Amino acid sequence: MSSATAGAPSLQRAPTFFSPGKLGMWLFLGSDAMGFMGLIGLYMVLRISSPDWHNPALDPTMGLGLVAFMTFVLIVSSVTMVTGLAAIQRGSRKGLLVWLGATILGGALFLGLQAYEWAHFIHLGHDLAAAFTAETGRAAPFTGYQGTFFMLTGFHGLHVTIGVIYLSCIWLRAWKGAYSAGSNSPVELAGLYWHFVDLVWIIIFTIVYLIPDPAGGYAA
Amino acid sequence: MTETAGSHHPYYKVFAWLTFFTIAEIVWAMPEGMPRWLLIAGLGVMATIKAALVGLYYMHLKYEGRLIWTVIVFPVVLVGVMVAGLLPDAFGYW
Repeated sequence: MSSATAGAPSLQRAPTFFSPGKLGMWLFLGSDAMGFMGLIGLYMVLRISSPDWHNPALDPTMGLGLVAFMTFVLIVSSVTMVTGLAAIQRGSRKGLLVWLGATILGGALFLGLQAYEWAHFIHLGHDLAAAFTAETGRAAPFTGYQGTFFMLTGFHGLHVTIGVIYLSCIWLRAWKGAYSAGSNSPVELAGLYWHFVDLVWIIIFTIVYLIPDPAGGYAA
Repeated sequence: MTETAGSHHPYYKVFAWLTFFTIAEIVWAMPEGMPRWLLIAGLGVMATIKAALVGLYYMHLKYEGRLIWTVIVFPVVLVGVMVAGLLPDAFGYW
């Protein structure tokens, strides 16, 4: 190593510990990404082809604030996850337990907020459907917006739920002393899954909540 | 000593950038009157940067070899084909 590079942290590509488990997780994430992209593609096509698409961030009760906070919670949970992995790679089991616990709490908080958001929109939908029926005497039509919004955010919420259970299992094993500086591959694999869930939400947040209606405007 | 992904810890810098771009996205989306194409293009660029930061640094793709990259590129190409195939349908309704 030359003296010029000896003291500086090298960011050039270097091999990480490679395992069949890691390849398997990446194959799973690749196929899962295609599932998500199918739903996102469907959402985009229906939205583009509809002249009066409802943006959930325009709802005066929920606004953009709640979902922006949910996004922040997931971003924080990603940094706590990767900090937990770094801790066990240094041999700190206590660090792993603390940071992984924070990640699990972040995921649970996200799910609670999403449940609150869903409950609001479901009640709102019932009220709107009742008003439509009272006015026209017909059953309210099922819209593409309802189908794609609940399908897309629900599919992501299912992944968060599985992630919280997955991380809780890893936390329990860590508590029993299963991982060390030299043996932490399951923590890394769980981290890959969790970051993927965060990455998908970044895209959902932009496409579903941030792109406004053609009329524009937000309820902040 | 063999370098691994765990040797580097830009995690908090990445967290700061993710927070910055999330706020920037919200600010970008707020003003009325901005051309719609510019608004969507700006949001798309910022979301792509955020996704890349998570993938490269938190998922350690920056330090992975060709096999893992191949596993990732394949679905991305398929998604591109799917979107290219679906968009004409979407615009056909107008």
